[in-house]
Amino acid sequence: MSASAVHGLWTDLAAPADGSIAKIPAPTIEYAQLSPVMIVIGAAVLGILVEAFVPRRARYHAQLFVSAVALAAGFAAVVALAVGGHATTRAGIAAEGAIAVDGPALFLQGVILLVGLVALFTFAERRLDPAAHGNRVDSFAAQAASVPGSDSEKAAVKAGFTTTEVFPLLLFAVGGMMVFPAANDLLTLFIALEVFSLPLYLLCALARRKRLLSQEAAVKYFLLGAFASAFTLFGIALLYGYAGSVSYGRIAQVVEGTVGEVSPALAGTMGNDVLLLLGAALVTMGLLFKVGAVPFHMWTPDVYQGAPTPVTGFMASATKVAAFGALLRLLYVVLPGLRWDWRPVMWGVAAVTMVIGAIVAITQTDIKRLLAYSSIAHAGFILAGVIAAKPEGISSVLFYLAAYSFVTVGAFAVVTLVRDAGGEATHLSKWAGLGRRSPLVAAVFAVFLLAFAGIPLTSGFAGKFAVFKAAAEGGAAPLVVVGVLSSAVAAFFYIRVIVLMFFSEPKPDGPTVAVASPLTTVAIAVGAAVTVVLGVAPQYFLDLASQAGTFVR
Amino acid sequence: MNPVNYLYLAALLFTIGATGVLVRRNAIVVFMCIELMLNACNLSLIAFSRMHGNLDGQIIAFFTMVVAAAEVVVGLAIIVSLFRTRHSASVDDARLMKL
Repeated sequence: MSASAVHGLWTDLAAPADGSIAKIPAPTIEYAQLSPVMIVIGAAVLGILVEAFVPRRARYHAQLFVSAVALAAGFAAVVALAVGGHATTRAGIAAEGAIAVDGPALFLQGVILLVGLVALFTFAERRLDPAAHGNRVDSFAAQAASVPGSDSEKAAVKAGFTTTEVFPLLLFAVGGMMVFPAANDLLTLFIALEVFSLPLYLLCALARRKRLLSQEAAVKYFLLGAFASAFTLFGIALLYGYAGSVSYGRIAQVVEGTVGEVSPALAGTMGNDVLLLLGAALVTMGLLFKVGAVPFHMWTPDVYQGAPTPVTGFMASATKVAAFGALLRLLYVVLPGLRWDWRPVMWGVAAVTMVIGAIVAITQTDIKRLLAYSSIAHAGFILAGVIAAKPEGISSVLFYLAAYSFVTVGAFAVVTLVRDAGGEATHLSKWAGLGRRSPLVAAVFAVFLLAFAGIPLTSGFAGKFAVFKAAAEGGAAPLVVVGVLSSAVAAFFYIRVIVLMFFSEPKPDGPTVAVASPLTTVAIAVGAAVTVVLGVAPQYFLDLASQAGTFVR
Repeated sequence: MNPVNYLYLAALLFTIGATGVLVRRNAIVVFMCIELMLNACNLSLIAFSRMHGNLDGQIIAFFTMVVAAAEVVVGLAIIVSLFRTRHSASVDDARLMKL
């Protein structure tokens, strides 16, 4: 805490006597390695321009085209980087230390892009709601600014307005999520967190039906999300104060005490464990909020229920992938020297998350809330893999995230199909007898539920097996017992929904299954196909995940 | 003056902000308390920046200001739309969804 070092900074940087300005070295940016993110963010900016300059009639198709091409191109860029060895032998750190291009980052970016593409199809679906005034409508409000039930809303519906801004918002969210698990310093982590959160807050508020619920969900998500990100930022400030740097590698060195040259100020702060422990706890807390782990899960059911269902599907799958990626990198790259402190805490969080998620889900009567609590329980299962603190832990979590995200996005896509006069029929009682009325849709949903439950021959089983195996080998056997028990509890309510669909009489005034356009059909088909393929032949993908399972530092 | 004092001040402001989020009912005031927390973070970042003699903390503070501004845009849009629908910005009134 010497003051002289500080003043030296400005005296060194002062202009020389002859008036010339000291040269600043230009940063080197590896554009090729950053191309997946840049394609997606660039397309999002392009989407804003489309919104400004393309006539209203053509906007939907233009936006859908730009978004689909961008996500596909981004995925191609990720594959090209992985084939070029950037996931394994040539893994490195790009953009002056801001972004890591390594196996886990590329794997998760690929998953996020594919899930984003599937979610895009559900966003673009326009045949489920009956046409209003001759215009096909999607799941989003005609004009978000108009008050629900007011004349201005009716006028907007009559004029055929649609909120095509959802496509650029989706792309911005995907871009932020891609940076989040790749962030290699705390500043990039925080900016990526906000870049993907802010579009999600807006998307939550945009439902066409049940707008009061939607707005309420958005307010809750926004206020709690901003609250959590303020804690994250304070944690970042404390870690910066502890290590004198926000770079992951540098902080890790300071934590382990292997830093070469120690300045007087650093010597003062690096002995201060309060800064380290409090900072690490607050940053971890922010990430646990995003994954929806107990005790930071309270927002999940309300937001999942209130948000438009395509948004819920996207949020539930992609956010979890991004946030677990960032959590893994934080714990494995920045804080491995602190693992004797964070592992016991994470043990507790994982156990409580699994148990509470599974038990509270039993009492739910709304399908979206049920899936929300199931996502909380799944966050606990994934945390069990995170705790393993060994390479198998990383690869099993990667595999689980890939499997889980496709199941989730597919399951929520099915939820959009089951409708009655008031929009989506999400109350569980209305799902009674669905299997008699629409055997195919009910069968696909049953596959997703079995995957959530972790029944063999579905991706959920392969994922759960990998995660629990890694946890057991990592010395967390009691946690595995808790996990298996809460899986059994969770299986009860998944099976209950299946029984409800297939073995109870349909109600006369029950909901109908809407005939979807090819967009939603493709989304559900991809979700189901990935679920079955990862369940029947998981080995190739497990190998892929284990090849990708090394962080660069 | 010892920069550590600024850290104490930042921690105090952060605590005031966090308490405000928990006890206030008006969504706008809750949001202002969150902004106070962000500014407390800025203060601590700048104090640490001076202690360590590097510019990282000051740069983060600039980014935080931009993020806070973006958050205001999104947050006020959501809160105002809620207010126009219900004629109330109280977070206690937003309880259509419960366990």
